[in-house]
Amino acid sequence: MNEMTTIARTTTLKDWETDQEVRWCPGCGDYAILKAVQRTLPDIGAVPENTVFISGIGCSSRFPYYVESYGFHTIHGRAPAFATGLKLANPDLDVWIITGDGDGLSIGGNHTMHVIRRNLDCQIMLFNNEIYGLTKGQYSPTSRVGTNSPSTPFGSIDRPAQPCAFALGAGARFVARGFDVSKELPNVLKAAHAHKGAAFIEIFQNCIVYNKDVFEDFAAPKGAEDRQLWLKHGEPMLFAKGAKGIALDHAALTLKVVDVVDGDWQAAGVIVHDVTNRSVAHMLVEMRFGEFPMALGVLYDDPRPTFEADVWRQNEAAAAGKTADLQGLLKKGQTWTVKEGGPDL
Amino acid sequence: MATAVADEAAAPESSLSDAVVVRFAGDSGDGMQLTGGQFTLSTALAGNDLATFPDFPAEIRAPQGTLFGVSAFQINFGSSEITTAGDAPDVLVAMNPAALKTNVPQLKPGGLIIADEGEFNDRNLAKAKYDANPLEDGSLAKWQLLKLNISQATMDAVKPFGLGNKEALRCKNMWTLGLALWMFDRDRQPLIEWLKAKFAKDPNLADANIAALNAGHAFGETAELSGPLKQHHVAPAPVAPGLYRTLTGAEAIALGLVAGAQLAKLPMFFGGYPITPASAILHHLSRLKEYDVTTFQAEDEIAAICSAIGASYGGSLGVTSSSGPGIALKGEAMGLAIMTELPLVIVNSQRGGPSTGLPTKTEQSDLYQAVYGRNGDAPMPVIAARSPGDAFECAIEACRIATQYMTPVMLLTDGYIANAAEPWKVPDLTAYEAFPVEFLTEVPEGGFKPYGRDEKLARPWVKPGTPGLLHRIGGIEKEVDTGHLNYQPANHQAMTDLRKTKIDGVKVPDQIVELGAEGGRLAVVGWGSTYGPIHQAVRRKRAEGADVSHIHIRHIWPLPANLGALLKSYDRVIVPEMNTGQLKTVLRDQYLVDAKPVNKVSGQPFRIAEIEAAIEEALG
Repeated sequence: MNEMTTIARTTTLKDWETDQEVRWCPGCGDYAILKAVQRTLPDIGAVPENTVFISGIGCSSRFPYYVESYGFHTIHGRAPAFATGLKLANPDLDVWIITGDGDGLSIGGNHTMHVIRRNLDCQIMLFNNEIYGLTKGQYSPTSRVGTNSPSTPFGSIDRPAQPCAFALGAGARFVARGFDVSKELPNVLKAAHAHKGAAFIEIFQNCIVYNKDVFEDFAAPKGAEDRQLWLKHGEPMLFAKGAKGIALDHAALTLKVVDVVDGDWQAAGVIVHDVTNRSVAHMLVEMRFGEFPMALGVLYDDPRPTFEADVWRQNEAAAAGKTADLQGLLKKGQTWTVKEGGPDL
Repeated sequence: MATAVADEAAAPESSLSDAVVVRFAGDSGDGMQLTGGQFTLSTALAGNDLATFPDFPAEIRAPQGTLFGVSAFQINFGSSEITTAGDAPDVLVAMNPAALKTNVPQLKPGGLIIADEGEFNDRNLAKAKYDANPLEDGSLAKWQLLKLNISQATMDAVKPFGLGNKEALRCKNMWTLGLALWMFDRDRQPLIEWLKAKFAKDPNLADANIAALNAGHAFGETAELSGPLKQHHVAPAPVAPGLYRTLTGAEAIALGLVAGAQLAKLPMFFGGYPITPASAILHHLSRLKEYDVTTFQAEDEIAAICSAIGASYGGSLGVTSSSGPGIALKGEAMGLAIMTELPLVIVNSQRGGPSTGLPTKTEQSDLYQAVYGRNGDAPMPVIAARSPGDAFECAIEACRIATQYMTPVMLLTDGYIANAAEPWKVPDLTAYEAFPVEFLTEVPEGGFKPYGRDEKLARPWVKPGTPGLLHRIGGIEKEVDTGHLNYQPANHQAMTDLRKTKIDGVKVPDQIVELGAEGGRLAVVGWGSTYGPIHQAVRRKRAEGADVSHIHIRHIWPLPANLGALLKSYDRVIVPEMNTGQLKTVLRDQYLVDAKPVNKVSGQPFRIAEIEAAIEEALG
């Protein structure tokens, strides 16, 4: 493990901006996410030289160029694999994976699954705009059925993937949701960073060119309180200014929306959010918007030992008491000596 | 073999007293690879030079007794330099009808067949598609035949140990090995020690195997058989003095990579994914944690190389390994390593292709893939190992070039080298010059340029975690010096030229002539594991007075600076390869020489006689 001499110092948002011209479309949700990250990094005490942003390919994957830290813009879908090698080489680095719905769930779905399963300590920010932006608007694995796009002029047929359900199914120990312009996004990022292990964050992101306002039904400020359920650990799952809540339908073993009369949520059976309850997390990620509000914030957070820590522990245990005598290793096994004039048996 | 003293005047390897080729063949479950491996060790201990050729089916447990389930192990050993596993066997040990049927055609006329007649029953004969028992019908008349009921003899020998029928019969290979050790006057003791260690947890089983071994040996000693069964003593080969061990190519690469990382003063990270015949490298390295080696079995070939690049980015020496189909999957990531100019070693244990091809058979058909097989102008150094011992040196060389020039390097080996064993003179590591990596840790005079260059045109290596040197890298074209994104025409031209010039300028040793003169009537140019048969064929032809030389190329890309002039100093050039003419095409392209192909893609190595015939034809 590399010895890192980190001088404690405070940073400001400005310290995390690079001299590179940002090249996203004007009005793209990515700008808001970038700002949220640059606002969060000083708050969590991040150190620029120990921070690495690793991305795949797509609009979101340009992200590393715009953060004044170390950055690696890799190849399509493979950012988790690069991050795994980097963290195994140097577990002290603070690694953020930036991916999108196409990058992380289509071409790179396999790596997303395995980085979560292994529980590499990193933050995985999946920008979900439900479209392929950089290739000019084809439908993506999260596009809703019927999406009209250059490759689906008669509407898309395949059913969309659900990123948070995918992550939880892959064994995620941290699952959260936010959206680009939400004021709560920095708090979600902070929680993700505080979690030791793979922290999966789905961030709904408005592609104003190819999939404009596709999240307006729940993200629009007007009526947001009726359509967003912001989850907080230890607090009842209330929305609509406390007039509604989420309760368990004991007969059907599903969640249901209940009315809360006079603020008596207990009487209505509203569930208190426990971020360590995996069963409820499974129901929250499956909660369909429309019938239910959109579940946002930290849906699940229950850490386990990280992959790189376990690897280093095993490496150290396997090496304990042994000396790295390479010359000795070369001579290992059965050997024989040949003297001048023939073998000596 | 690489360390043996070459003796041009030595007699050809045909007389039984000088060199012997023995082929053990049986069912996949008969333990033939183990028998062969242990016979190899005894042979090495007896001071003979040797080369082996394990030849086993792709199926893990093919149905018993079938033709496609036959597993064979061939060893050539002798008292002069041995560089191939031998053409035709002198002795064939056939454990069942299928093994006889698939292997007897290669046996030398007059050669000896030792057959386990206990297995030549109606059922096994039918599975091997024999209408009549070949041991009885005279169809083996051109060979010497020794029928022994090895199955019964083994059962008798292990009876006191109370094993079940199946377990008892599994000792057959030891009985056979005992007989073979007697035939060639080999010491049993190392094998007895090995069996005791192998079955330390079950001493009864160890004793049963030892009893079978001793019984086979005793049979040879005491059986009053006239005719074929004679004891041969093969005198030790004249080899350079020193400490020796046997080594397979997979072991050699693992050890060479560890040595290379240590000479570079770097921790090593190995990202791999299981694939035949490359997996053995991952297995070896995963046991070497105390050498600062981290191994990672990734979810696929792509993740394997990407994790290795990620580790290199973090300051380790990233290494990945695969075989043809897996290498194809890694292609895009290699391009990224070229674009971001990070060190990386990619080992390709070639096998028969295309597609899944022949996973357990050998071929050299990935040379185009190694040199050219990426999108864009993506130059990358390529090194090819000729033998297990040479693979150790090549692995170190790959680490040196990767770290000194900040580039991915491909190391080509093949299934034959990976699995074959040879005696190896243990090198003195203090004789190797270290090439310690110096990371950039401070802003240099004139400012920090992530894509600035040293005299070798290598860019600086900066580990994330280094204060003051923050920068971003990626696969989009880089601006000269700054490394910023840049799509300008002049910049892309300049960067493409820089990448090419850097790799063209990688310093590789001048090409030497292995055997024969510089200049003359004919050069036989090879690369990789064809070294053995080419070397022997050229040696034999030179002994007959032919003007022919052997050139063997290790540095496939960039090629040695003197190679063009050297090739042009011969009237004719032939290039034997286990492909349809890939090095031949490169040589023609680079030097406008009329190199002629000699090709074989049967999944089997060249035989010496085949190269001899090609030499005769070329000389007219």
